[in-house]
Amino acid sequence: MPILRRSSKASTRRARLTRKNLLQAIGEGLAEEMRADDTVMVLGEDVGKAGGVFRLTEGLMKEFGPLRVMDTSLAESLIVGAAIGLSVNGMRPVAEIQFADFIPPAFDQIVSEAAKFYYRSNGAWNCPITIRAPYGVVHGGALYHCQSVEAWFCNTPGLKVVAPTFPADAKGMLKSAIRDPNPVLFFEHKRTYRLIKEDVPEDDYAVPIGKAKVHREGTDLTVVSYGLMLYTVLQVAQKLSEEHSIEAEVVEPRTLYPVDKETILGSVKQTGKFLGVSEANLTGSVSAEIAAMVAEEAFEWLDGPVKRLGAPDVPAAAFAKPMTDFFVPSAEKIEATMLELARY
Amino acid sequence: MDVTGERPKHKALGLEDGDLLRIYRYMLLARRMDERMWILNRQGKAAFVISGQGQEAAQVGTVYHMRPGKDYVYPYYRDYAVALALGQTARDQFLSLLAKKEDPNSAGRQMPGHFSSRELNIVTASAPVGVQYPQAAGTALAFKIRGEDGVVLVCGGEASTSQGDWHEAMNFAGIHGLPMIFLIENNDYAISTPKTMQVAGSIAGRAAGYSFPGIEVDGNDVLAVYEAAKGAFERARQSEGPTLIEAKTYRLTAHSSDDDDRRYREQEEIEQWRLKDPVIRFERYLEEVELLDPEKKEEMAAQIQAEVAKASKYAEEAPFADPEEVLQGVYAQG
Repeated sequence: MPILRRSSKASTRRARLTRKNLLQAIGEGLAEEMRADDTVMVLGEDVGKAGGVFRLTEGLMKEFGPLRVMDTSLAESLIVGAAIGLSVNGMRPVAEIQFADFIPPAFDQIVSEAAKFYYRSNGAWNCPITIRAPYGVVHGGALYHCQSVEAWFCNTPGLKVVAPTFPADAKGMLKSAIRDPNPVLFFEHKRTYRLIKEDVPEDDYAVPIGKAKVHREGTDLTVVSYGLMLYTVLQVAQKLSEEHSIEAEVVEPRTLYPVDKETILGSVKQTGKFLGVSEANLTGSVSAEIAAMVAEEAFEWLDGPVKRLGAPDVPAAAFAKPMTDFFVPSAEKIEATMLELARY
Repeated sequence: MDVTGERPKHKALGLEDGDLLRIYRYMLLARRMDERMWILNRQGKAAFVISGQGQEAAQVGTVYHMRPGKDYVYPYYRDYAVALALGQTARDQFLSLLAKKEDPNSAGRQMPGHFSSRELNIVTASAPVGVQYPQAAGTALAFKIRGEDGVVLVCGGEASTSQGDWHEAMNFAGIHGLPMIFLIENNDYAISTPKTMQVAGSIAGRAAGYSFPGIEVDGNDVLAVYEAAKGAFERARQSEGPTLIEAKTYRLTAHSSDDDDRRYREQEEIEQWRLKDPVIRFERYLEEVELLDPEKKEEMAAQIQAEVAKASKYAEEAPFADPEEVLQGVYAQG
């Protein structure tokens, strides 16, 4: 794991590791940044007394008080707009949108305002805000608690869009997001919040924005994935290795915009095959952009068609469990596609 | 303006003679500069003009209370007199109008009237109507969190109060008692849409619903605006919460250089409002209190005319940015 340590003292010490899930790791990262910097604060719906609907901010109001951990009115545009204004006046706000599905009212503030502050003022004003938003399919979530909306923001220069999947990365990337002088949208797959635990360093560390991560090396095909789908892809890759001796290289972008071209193209040029897997509606997705990049810039190295798997182009996951399961690319479908591409 | 009492109105408000002449100067400079912008447009030199004519009193009367660089302002695109009264210059605005490299608002990236100055705490403005209100509330909240006495002024036209952002910010300001002032420059028109089709009831009256004072004031009377804003700034500085000021005024020009207002309003209506022109009204007051005589008036007019001509000439001759600079400055570094 690429861990950047803040001081040389820390780098000579062995990091203490504790097993944590994604929720705990992000919450811990947030609390650490608030302890280290008085200007870091949290605002959003139910983030204070209740500690958030997912309990990610639990305990923060007690520790930092109701002004630095603020329960806002139910108004997403206000939440993001106020965060912009706070950042203008010396604060480093972390705004929470309770579910990514409810981000549209804040679209103007994110896309027309935060993303353009620096450019339109020729660098006079910047906008160091972090916007956290849980996304992705969860059973029972239905149309308005399941969407993957990241692509909406991935053609907006001035924004950074990140979606780390694993706890240690997420903690380190949240710190990078808070310290970044630009607006960062921080997507968290809600189904993975408690799904997988891993060792998370207790030391202060930051994982850089803009760098992809190769989770598994392989020579037969490259699979680019993030969120819940990444877990599935890694499991399938292991199975294909054991059962068919097919070695897939699995790359997680971690930052969706601007994407780490170098790592992804480097991998594809080595394997000659590309498959993008995500939960988002396929048309105009992040996978679509990465696929276009691969087709354009790695064409000479390709030994097979550029492939993608994603949700069908229907509005969102349905409430009924069988329909939800049908909506999300299944392990079987992923396995078949990987196998087909590897053998192409 | 009441000058029949024993003490002139401005004295009662704590304004010295020098203040009045400064206020007059900002208003007149804004007007002459604005007129010159339209000429540059007609000459084909300026691609687009958006105007503040008629709203100078509402703007200067409010901004005169601000401490530049300490308090923050979120202006909207007609607030030329706001920018000038805070310390920007006519040259700055002509550079912006003509989209030159030296334009301090955006280096030629934004339309004119989209003000920005880090030094003066003029927060970069944009074109979507109403987005500034939640931002201003956040800036005011930062002052409250740190226990500082800074004040945030946020401006917009009457149509901006139709936006959800305005109501969300009003509500939030009311809940938290934020040190901010909402200045609504009600100029009767949103492009072609008259206020009767824009606003149900009273704008000032809406503040009561959010639990803070709303004041309706004659926006063409600079001293009346100054008086209303005085109380609002005092309230904000003493942590007593926000105030809404609705300054009733009138847009004397078309919406922009791309608009033909003959399609939707009568010339007579404009002529009626020209009789209430805030610059002329203030001149009358200054004459009554004997701060302005024909000679002094002539002298100031000539001075401002020269300043405008010089600023315009400078901007006309100034270079554009290198076209490739369009690629620069998307992300802040560090």
